[in-house]
Amino acid sequence: MITGWFTGEGDGFRLLGTRCSSCASVFFPREDVHCRNPHCAGGTLEETPLSRTGRVWSYTDARYRPPSPFASDAELPWEPYALIAVELAAERIVVLGQAAPGITVADLAVGMEVEAVEGVLHGGGEAESATTWNWRPTGAAS
Amino acid sequence: MELAADGGGVMTGDVAVLGAGMHPWGKWGRGFVEYGAAAARAALADAGVDWRDVGSVVGADTVRGGYPGYVAGASYARALGWQGARVTSVYAACASGAQAIAAARAQILAGLADVVLVVGADAAPKGFFRPAGGDRPDDPDWLRFWLLGATNPAYFGLYARRRMAVHGDTPEDFALVKVKNAAMGALNPYARYRRRVTAEEVAASAVVADPLRLLDICATSDGGAALVLSSMEFARRHGAARPVRIRAVSTVTPRFPNPVLDLPDIATDPAVAVEPPEETFRASIARAAYEEAGLGPGDLDLAEVYDLSTALELQWYEDLGLCGAGEAAKLLREGTTAPGGRTPVNASGGLASFGEAVPAQAVAQVCELTWQLRGAAGERQIEGARVGITANQGLFGHGSSVVAVR
Ligand SMILES: [Zn+2]
Repeated sequence: MITGWFTGEGDGFRLLGTRCSSCASVFFPREDVHCRNPHCAGGTLEETPLSRTGRVWSYTDARYRPPSPFASDAELPWEPYALIAVELAAERIVVLGQAAPGITVADLAVGMEVEAVEGVLHGGGEAESATTWNWRPTGAAS
Repeated sequence: MELAADGGGVMTGDVAVLGAGMHPWGKWGRGFVEYGAAAARAALADAGVDWRDVGSVVGADTVRGGYPGYVAGASYARALGWQGARVTSVYAACASGAQAIAAARAQILAGLADVVLVVGADAAPKGFFRPAGGDRPDDPDWLRFWLLGATNPAYFGLYARRRMAVHGDTPEDFALVKVKNAAMGALNPYARYRRRVTAEEVAASAVVADPLRLLDICATSDGGAALVLSSMEFARRHGAARPVRIRAVSTVTPRFPNPVLDLPDIATDPAVAVEPPEETFRASIARAAYEEAGLGPGDLDLAEVYDLSTALELQWYEDLGLCGAGEAAKLLREGTTAPGGRTPVNASGGLASFGEAVPAQAVAQVCELTWQLRGAAGERQIEGARVGITANQGLFGHGSSVVAVR
C-alpha cells in the first residue's frame, strides 16, 4: 500500500522521496503530481533516495495500543514502541518513524544520530506490505 | 489600525456578540444535535432574540455524527424548527468553530444578514480519536495510524520532549499548567472536570506518550456551544448599547515551508529550496489576528488557548507573544498567566477541564471571552477584562484566533 517509499536491503536500505527538477525541494511521502513550493513554477518530480542518517528532532512512545487502522494482535499484551522524528540535513525535512524493536525512549536523546533501517510493519499483513522503515541509533546493535 | 498582511488585507468592522450559550461538557451518551440545539437555545435566550428572527445559521461540522454531522447548520436549523434562514456548514477540524464565526461575520459585514446563529457540538468517542473507516492510503490522517500508530497524544509527546530539549522545560512545569487550569475549571459550571488537581496527582498519573502523562493530555468530550452575532446597527436597535464585539478572526494557513511536524503529517515540508518563515505557523495565526484588530499582546487582559496538552499551553504563550521563545515556563511560574496575573490564560479551565468537543471548542472559547468581557464570569471573573484573544490550530493547516473587545 506504500509502494515506492523505500528501496534496498541491509546497508543499502533507503527511504525514497521525490525531488522537484525546478526548485530542488524533496518531498516525503513522495509527491508525484505537483511541487508544493508556491514560489516554484513546477518541475518534474523525480524519485530520489533520502539521506540514510539524520538527527533526532524529538521522540515519544506509545504506552497504549493505538486504535484501528493500526493493526495489532489484541490477544497479546501491549508492547510499547518508541516514535522518532528525525531531521535530515541535506533535504531539510523531518520524517517520523517507529524506532527499531528494542529501542526505548531511555535510549534516545534530541540531536542523537540515527539511521533508517528496514523494519516490519506492525501486525504484519500481506507480504508485499509487511516492510516499513524504522529509525535506529547509529551503531546500535540490530 | 494596521491593515492585515495575511488572509485579508482589508479593514473590517466589528460585529456584536448578542448572546452566548453552552451545553455542559461531559460524556452524556446522547447525540450532538441535542447538545448543539440546547446551546443555541441558551444563546438565543441570552441575546433576547427569537429564533424566527435569525437570518442565518452557521454550523461547525462534526465528522462523528454521520451525514447530519456534515450538514450541521441544517441539523440545528431543523431541530430548532425550519424558519427559512440562510444556512451554512463548515469544517476545519479543531478550527471549525472559528471558521463558523468567520463565515457568520462575513455575512454580517457584507450585509447579507443582520443576526446570525453560530453553533458547534460534538459527541465524542471513548479514548483516542481515530480516523474514519475504510482503507485510504491517500489520507495522511489514515496513514499515520495505519503505518505508525501515531495518535494525537504521540504528536503532543513529540512537542513536549522538543521543548524540554530546546528550552529546558520540565515535566514539573507541564504539571503546573494542569494545576492552574483545573483550579479555574473547578469554578466553571460548564466544565466536565470540576476538581482541583495537584502536581503530585499529575506526576502519579500513567505515562501515555513520553514525557506526557494522562493528566497532561486533554480528554475527548461531548458538549455544545453557540453564539448569536449581529451587526452593530442591529445591536443598537435591539437595545444592546455596549455589547462585546468581535474585532478580528484569523483563519490563515501555514506558509511553505512549515518546518514543524504538524498533525496529521508523517513528515514536514522540505526547507532546502526556500528558507522557512521567521515566525512559526502558530505565531502567524496570532499575528494576523493582532494586525486585523489593531492591537498587540500587551493590550490583552486574557487569553483562551488550546491546551490539548499542558506543554502546548506553554507553546501558545510564546506564539501569542506573551513572552519570548523559551520563556513560557518562567511566565507560568511567575503567575503571569494565572488569575491576578498580567494575562490570565484559560480562565475557563481550558481543555484540561473541558476535554475536547472538536467543533464546539473554538466557539466555547469565544463564549468565555464574552462572559469575561461582560464582567459576568462569576467566581472566575478576571477583573476589568476589556480585551481577549482565543487561539488554536486545526489539523491540515487551519489557523483559528478571535479577538473580542468591550
Ligand atoms: Zn518545485
